[in-house]
Amino acid sequence: MHKRSNEPFLWMLFSAGGVVSAMLMPIHVLLFGLAFPLGWVDAPSYEHLLALVRHPLTRVYLFILCSLALFHWAHRFRFTLYDGLQIKHLNELINTFCYGGATLGTAVAAYLLWRIP
Amino acid sequence: MNNPTEYLPRSYHTRVSTYWWLARWPYVKFILREASSVFVAWIVVVTLLQIRALTRGPADYAELQNWLRSPLLLTLNAVSLAFVIFHAVTWFNLAPKAMVIRLRGKRLSSLAIAAPNYVAWVVISAAIAWILLRG
Repeated sequence: MHKRSNEPFLWMLFSAGGVVSAMLMPIHVLLFGLAFPLGWVDAPSYEHLLALVRHPLTRVYLFILCSLALFHWAHRFRFTLYDGLQIKHLNELINTFCYGGATLGTAVAAYLLWRIP
Repeated sequence: MNNPTEYLPRSYHTRVSTYWWLARWPYVKFILREASSVFVAWIVVVTLLQIRALTRGPADYAELQNWLRSPLLLTLNAVSLAFVIFHAVTWFNLAPKAMVIRLRGKRLSSLAIAAPNYVAWVVISAAIAWILLRG
C-alpha cells in the first residue's frame, strides 16, 4: 500500500511561510507590539488603519501573511513535537492539531478580512 | 520499503532522552529555531485580533491597545520580536546552503547569495513602516 505523499506540498507552504514570516513579521511586532504601545513613535490613528485594511491589496497581503505563517508554524511545530519531545507515537493527533489549526486559522483570517465594512 | 532496523533485536534500540538537545549548542540552536514557529503563530493571532477590533469600532480598538500596553503582553511581544529576528537571520543564512549558484564557472559566495535577502528585508520593513506611519 503506497499513498502519494503530500509532504512536498506541505514543505512548500512551510518554506513560503518561512520567507513571509522572516521578511514581514519583525517590523510588524516591533511597531504594533512595542513601538506603538510604549509610545516610541506616534501610533497611527484608528481612521488611518481602518482605511488601510479596507483596501483590497491590504486584505490580500494580510491573508497571505496570516495563512502562510500558520502553515509554516504547523510544519515546524509538528517536527518540534516529533524530534524535540520524541512523541512520534501520537502522529495522527499531532498532524490533525497542526495542519487542522493552520487550516482553521486561515478560515478565520478569510472571514475577518471579508467582514471588514 | 523494508525498515532496515526491523529485524534487529528489540533491545538494540537505545532510548534518547527528551532533553537530548541540551547537550550541544548547535542542538539548542536548532530547537530555538523550531520554537520560533510558536511566536510566528502568536503574531498571527495578535494580527487577527487587531483586524477584528478595527472592524468592531474605535472603542474596541482602543481597548485592545490598552491590553497591548500591559506588562505581560509587552514582555510576550518583546520575546516574540527576538524569536522572529532569530528566525529571519537563520532563514536568510540558510539560503546560500540551499542553493548553489555558479557564475562564469565560479561558485557564488555565501555572502553574495545571503546579502540580497538582507537588503530586501530592510527595504520591505521600511516600506511597511512608511505606509503605517504616514497617517
